[in-house]
Amino acid sequence: MSYKSPQTLVVEEEQRGSGGAVINDFPVSGKNLFPSNIAGLPTWFTIRANKDGWIARRKEIDFLVAMNPETAREDVMGLDPNRVVVYEETLKANQYRRDLTFFPVPFTKLASGITPDSRLRKLLANMIYVGAVGHLLEIDPAEMEFALTKQFKGKAKAVTLNKTALDTGRKFAAENFDKSIVPYRCQRMNATKGKIIIDGNSAAALGCMFAGVTVATWYPITPSSSLCEALTEYMKEYRIDQDGKATFAVVQAEDELAAVGMALGAGWAGARSMTSTAGPGISLMQEFVGLGYYAEMPTVIFDITRVGPSTGLPTRTQQSDILSMVYCSHGDTKHIVLIPASVEECFEIAYAAFDLAERFQTPIFVLSDLDLGMNNWMSDPFKYPVKKFDRGKVLSVEELKRLGSFQRYGDVDGDGIPYRTLPGTKHPAAAYFTRGSGHNENAAYSERPDDYQRNMDRLNKKYETARQHVPKPEIAHAEGAKIGFLAFGTTHWAIIESRDQLAREYNLPISYYRLRAVPFTKDLVEFIEKYDRVYVVEQNRDGQMAGLIKLDIPAHLVGRIRSIRHYNGLPIDARFITDELVAAEKGEEN
Amino acid sequence: MSTTVQPPAAAPKHMNRLGYTIADYKGADSTLCAGCGHDAITSQIIKAFYEYGVEPYRVAKLSGIGCSSKTPAYFLNMSHGLNGVHGRMPSLGTGVMLANRTLISIGVSGDGDTASIGMGQFVHLLRRNIPMIYLIENNGVYGLTKGQFSATADYGSKAKSGVVNQLPAIDLCAMAIDLGCNFVCRSFAGDPKQLVALLKAALGHRGTSLFDVISPCVTFNNHDGSTKSYKYAKDHEELLHEISFVPFFEQINVEYQEGEAIDVELHDGSHIRLRKTDKGYDPTNKGEALDTLRNCQESSEFLTGLIYINESKPDFLTLLNMVDAPLATLPQERVQPSAEDLTEIMAALM
Repeated sequence: MSYKSPQTLVVEEEQRGSGGAVINDFPVSGKNLFPSNIAGLPTWFTIRANKDGWIARRKEIDFLVAMNPETAREDVMGLDPNRVVVYEETLKANQYRRDLTFFPVPFTKLASGITPDSRLRKLLANMIYVGAVGHLLEIDPAEMEFALTKQFKGKAKAVTLNKTALDTGRKFAAENFDKSIVPYRCQRMNATKGKIIIDGNSAAALGCMFAGVTVATWYPITPSSSLCEALTEYMKEYRIDQDGKATFAVVQAEDELAAVGMALGAGWAGARSMTSTAGPGISLMQEFVGLGYYAEMPTVIFDITRVGPSTGLPTRTQQSDILSMVYCSHGDTKHIVLIPASVEECFEIAYAAFDLAERFQTPIFVLSDLDLGMNNWMSDPFKYPVKKFDRGKVLSVEELKRLGSFQRYGDVDGDGIPYRTLPGTKHPAAAYFTRGSGHNENAAYSERPDDYQRNMDRLNKKYETARQHVPKPEIAHAEGAKIGFLAFGTTHWAIIESRDQLAREYNLPISYYRLRAVPFTKDLVEFIEKYDRVYVVEQNRDGQMAGLIKLDIPAHLVGRIRSIRHYNGLPIDARFITDELVAAEKGEEN
Repeated sequence: MSTTVQPPAAAPKHMNRLGYTIADYKGADSTLCAGCGHDAITSQIIKAFYEYGVEPYRVAKLSGIGCSSKTPAYFLNMSHGLNGVHGRMPSLGTGVMLANRTLISIGVSGDGDTASIGMGQFVHLLRRNIPMIYLIENNGVYGLTKGQFSATADYGSKAKSGVVNQLPAIDLCAMAIDLGCNFVCRSFAGDPKQLVALLKAALGHRGTSLFDVISPCVTFNNHDGSTKSYKYAKDHEELLHEISFVPFFEQINVEYQEGEAIDVELHDGSHIRLRKTDKGYDPTNKGEALDTLRNCQESSEFLTGLIYINESKPDFLTLLNMVDAPLATLPQERVQPSAEDLTEIMAALM
């Protein structure tokens, strides 16, 4: 297992009766649920496996491996009846319930039979339960050994030791348990052929690298740190030229203010620049982002959102920074926000973000979250981007010679996007003075009311132009549907499963609009016009996206917007959405 | 000055070695108060850049917020300027230099912009040794917001309102040396000769050069009881040495007697010559530099000159092992790995 061993492992699956199948080449998703500490507090790892490929979190646990004395009781008490518990014998988990199937295993005792090293024993206990669980769920032993060998590649001693542990667990289970009473089993499928497993932050880092990012400046913060760390590792491998020199600079800044300042300075000077952070970092970047908006400086800002406000729950997931991104900074500001839902989209949208930043000469936000960024997801391999970079409206020396002069903040093309020059351009007319204070078309200081307002109107026009350039939504119209879902980011995975539940269990077809960017494209109004009600499903308390939508659409459609909100820090699950939707629709009937 | 220099053979007298006139280095008209020390510094920047012969298109001018931070608009009209947010010029400047290492950057800041709101970024700019002339126009007072003390106001000095400062002043030069800055000087807006020589030397230095220039605020801090007034500075200024600068493109004609002067060769081959006064000061000695600054803070002396110099330390861009060409304009084929690279990465994730 690629994760540090959790103290309690939770496995859940479809029931054997419904033809469930798990772990050999069948779709799985894993989520690491961990508190904000280094070591010493309980950690959970949930694995979801089912033949249908649902990968959103499922809150009901079917198969619990209880290893953690602090939480064993609570975890056992939280199960639905008839579920399965494998547990460390000494925890006496069977004392708490009579309606569960229990399998006690003396992990510690078995481990001490393998090694006298007490530190190692603790780690081996984890591999012993993997062996025991493998037996109970009928996971092909050859596959488990294959995974183990891959994980400990090149470390022969570790492979041997862990294989012994695996066998010990399997043997103990075979000799002591009747696996026919376990209502779940794994069956070989061929659903994972050619797939990759990657976390969203690494995927975004790859997207940035293939988008030709040259300057990345960042400050460590959970859950975004792994993005720039992955970027650094990939760049060291793939972005060193023949002379052994780097075609990039990655700088760990002193704080988020400096991180975004460096990114903006680099963007101003012509580099494809970026930073990545989480909510508290976005708060600190606000003033600088306003400068970027008003002085028109490109950069890309990743917000891997976590639970706020303040320090909040730093290792839990939420989609609660939407407004702080869209309206980042004081005064009349509004920003372009791109929203990937999958690791593949993290790659593609990262790539698109740099084009948009340079085209629109403004900070571009990418909204990911802890669930997407830090957890592993299965995906098709990423496609190589064949598109030529869009470096935007940058005037060269030759163009300046032809034009003779240029207006930095003039609207030549009628799209609100001005032309710019880069420092270092060898032409007497190239230079201009960039400032966050009032300026006219020529970038000269101005406090004239007409200059100020004209410039703000042009910035607004630029934002309107962006509606045609941001990633389009993914729309699924369901036959006979009267209502629709609108969701974005990781909520997607629970939505598709909920739509399936609603169709099967309630015969309720629901259309679906997966939003991929702010500002909204014209598709949004067209979608809302088609349906009686549109449920905006999001992972924050106040329905931030629903609010934004209401502000943007014509008044006569506002009454059609409904809101479903999930905000307890865990990834949203399908059953929650289904229940909320059904209750809300009952309310509509009354 | 004991050194005579030869003008470059080809250039007419009113032009520098690149064929630019001094007017080419000027900017917009200043909107600061008449007599402001900042305007005097602006003039010396224009003179130094003209005399050294800096290509204006290669310069990036940077600043934060405050009276001082307005001044980049008043020099080098043919250079790109970036006036950022309060106290955050160091990060913008760092980003600019990361994007294009071939630029020459000059940042102008004030004592509020640097020593108060900007302290966090300032110290890290110094630690990193970003190639930049970082010039603080230090008047001990907030001008734009009408006369509040700054963190460099001397202990016991009196504000225009009559309030006496009871907090110790931050010595930006001592701090800079401590943090690894390798070119640290203090000067005075009313001493153009020294300031021009130091600015030219800074153009030949690689890494951050820190200028703490006392620049009196004629409106809010030029009264009796102020330690940053023209009168106080003129009455108290003591030169550490007489400074002359010999650019790399000129011959050194006069040699000093052994022990009479210190000659430091700069990164670009220029020389800065420091003719000793009775103080016998050695600016290449870090310990002596820090001792001297500590002593003069206690004795309220106002020493000017090149306080510390070390030409052997690498700058941040060198440490990053970046390609020689500007990162900003590398073509797509140099910054986008190949399709084979992506296939290899994907295979490792299967």
